[in-house]
Amino acid sequence: MKNSKLSGMAAVASALTLTLTLGACGSSGPQDTTADAGSPTMWALTGANEAVTGASVESWNAAHNDAAIQLDYFANDAYKTKVRTAIGAGEGPTLIHGWGGGVLQSYVDEGHVMDLTSFLEENPEVKERYIPAVFDNGVIDGTSYALPYTGMQPVVMYYNKELFEQIGAEPPQTWDELMDLVPKFNEAGIAPFALGGQSKWPNLMWFSYLVDRVGGPEVFKAILDGEEEAWSDPAVIEALTMIQELVEADGFINGFSSVAADGGADAALLYTGKAAMLLQGAWVYQTLKNDAPDFVSSGNLGYLNFPAVEGGAGDPENIVGNPSNFWSVSASASDEQKDAALEYLKDGLYNEEYTQDLIESGAIPPTVGAEELLAQSEDKDFLTEVYTMATEAPSFQLSWDQALSPDQGSAMLANLDRIFLGEITPEEFAETMNGTLGE
Amino acid sequence: MALQTKTVPALPVRPAPGRRSGASLGWFAAPALVFFVIFAIIPLAGVIFLSFTSWNGLGDITLTGFDSWITALTSPVTANAIWVTVKIMFFSLIVQVPISLLLGVFTAGTQRYRALLAVIYFVPLLLSSAAVAIAYKALLDPNFGVGPGLNLPFLAQDWLGDPDLALFVVVFVIAWQFVPFHTLIYQGGVRQIPASFYEAAQIDGAGRMQQFFHITLPQLKYTMITSSTLMVVGSLAYFDLIFVLTAGGPGYATRLLPLHMYLTGFQANDMGAASALGVILVVVGLGLAVLVQSLGGRNRAASQLEGA
Repeated sequence: MKNSKLSGMAAVASALTLTLTLGACGSSGPQDTTADAGSPTMWALTGANEAVTGASVESWNAAHNDAAIQLDYFANDAYKTKVRTAIGAGEGPTLIHGWGGGVLQSYVDEGHVMDLTSFLEENPEVKERYIPAVFDNGVIDGTSYALPYTGMQPVVMYYNKELFEQIGAEPPQTWDELMDLVPKFNEAGIAPFALGGQSKWPNLMWFSYLVDRVGGPEVFKAILDGEEEAWSDPAVIEALTMIQELVEADGFINGFSSVAADGGADAALLYTGKAAMLLQGAWVYQTLKNDAPDFVSSGNLGYLNFPAVEGGAGDPENIVGNPSNFWSVSASASDEQKDAALEYLKDGLYNEEYTQDLIESGAIPPTVGAEELLAQSEDKDFLTEVYTMATEAPSFQLSWDQALSPDQGSAMLANLDRIFLGEITPEEFAETMNGTLGE
Repeated sequence: MALQTKTVPALPVRPAPGRRSGASLGWFAAPALVFFVIFAIIPLAGVIFLSFTSWNGLGDITLTGFDSWITALTSPVTANAIWVTVKIMFFSLIVQVPISLLLGVFTAGTQRYRALLAVIYFVPLLLSSAAVAIAYKALLDPNFGVGPGLNLPFLAQDWLGDPDLALFVVVFVIAWQFVPFHTLIYQGGVRQIPASFYEAAQIDGAGRMQQFFHITLPQLKYTMITSSTLMVVGSLAYFDLIFVLTAGGPGYATRLLPLHMYLTGFQANDMGAASALGVILVVVGLGLAVLVQSLGGRNRAASQLEGA
């Protein structure tokens, strides 16, 4: 009896610690990179650009032994939560990977990232190498805080040509054509679209393209500006209705809400012939080159801009996606770290070797005059088409979850997920999201 | 048990040394107490403080009174998270108690094949929750998982993508991972039941079922309470497994309270509301632990060996 009482107490105590340790988790990150205060640290993402960043840092380090960059990689979703906590605790890296938009704005508001104005004045060639529209995504209120370092990443509709030949159909140019294709593919036992629904952000690509095609870029601008009832815009409601119609018509692959995009499972559905089309970022071309080189080289991979919507106000040439990924320099880094980081941004990025590596990986550098290099590449068809698409688009809208503040962004992704699941109506979505405006 | 009944009466005979050893025993708790204060009490105080503030994780912490509590408590997502937590707690109990009780009784036998099976049953407990979650995610994938891989249509369900199924898949995976642990607790409990009880019952002509219901089960009363406390309170701490397996989705179908707290704090960056949820978790966890303990009956002094 004494024993059981003791074990009872132990149970209560362990219960308490279980709950408490959970409450305390996430307050600190591993920070073993402070060994040398003078050498900058860098946090980058795994996936499409991993190899290019790795090679660039390696060759930089070989030439700069005194200020070698310590590079750590993180998975996309994990990085987004980790980096913010680390920066808030003053333990962030010297070079911070970002997307611009609302997240960058929140770092700027709290003075966590360095003002790059004087650096850019001293080194005008740095600014001049970028396509201005892409460079501007690192500018907040007229001041530059972030510099592009990857390729341009508009969202493209990929398709498997073989499957289209199999059912004797043409790739869709309009939304009606797209809806007509859905039953044809389903009859042939092929899913019309792959979708990484568990990751939630791939759902957003559908939503933002449809809102843009139906109502034009002004609709989201009103949301971004926090205008009252902006989510109730008819274009938003219509776009959400169209999504639910597509879901109901079995437009997306069976089980799409348990497919995770982080592991490239959605791209795998396309090249294994289980799904005919995939709406995803330009970085998926890099993933496909890595994971399925035969599929890419066989010429079975097709790509086009998102279809037009009949009677819609948006220009069908408009694109959404990520103009690029950006490096920001931490304001709390030591002077030596900052100097070395800026030196890297100046000389390490978009030198001949870097640009060549980017192009070989299947990315489109956001630099002026990249066309010539792209034309010589083995992937010139895809690269030049996307380069033209990105540079000539009347509007290149940043992914909404990055453009909005983090709390609005995460509420939007959660509720959009429920739209795809048919758990809420477009009107309920608008009502919930209107409540987050101005927060 | 038998040992204790011998040693306990020995104490009152020599009261002085008993008291002295009681006093010195207090110091043994000191190292644990220091760790407990540093890693539990101080963070808890911090969380209580944060719950009365507004903080986005980056900027200044501003006192906002009960605002964060109101945000956390009035949100429909919180209400749903509580409901999901209750469901997971309930189903976990129903699934895990009978299975681990029966397995515990089975593996308590001394036959060699049972010892071997006990080792095999124990394996899931050795794996980290994240690894278990990733493995199940791959196995249950509707397009590349076991079902389509082996051409078994009934396994090719949308296990993690269907809001009605996902919760039960989560309950199943939790059970798969934690049943071995509770089996171990029951196994230990069963082995402590004196063999003389069963011998006596056999002489009285009791069958196997009667022995189970009239000896094994009543004797395991406190084992059951310990194990259930860990299960109930554990479901307030399931985080890693579910975060990796479903991330709370689809929709809000598996977003239970601890996960809701994490997502509120580290994804929506509302540390105030997340701290309020954290405080609720601590209070509910303690309350449930005390409740389950008290279910064991007031009369703690009553011997489990009653009737022996």
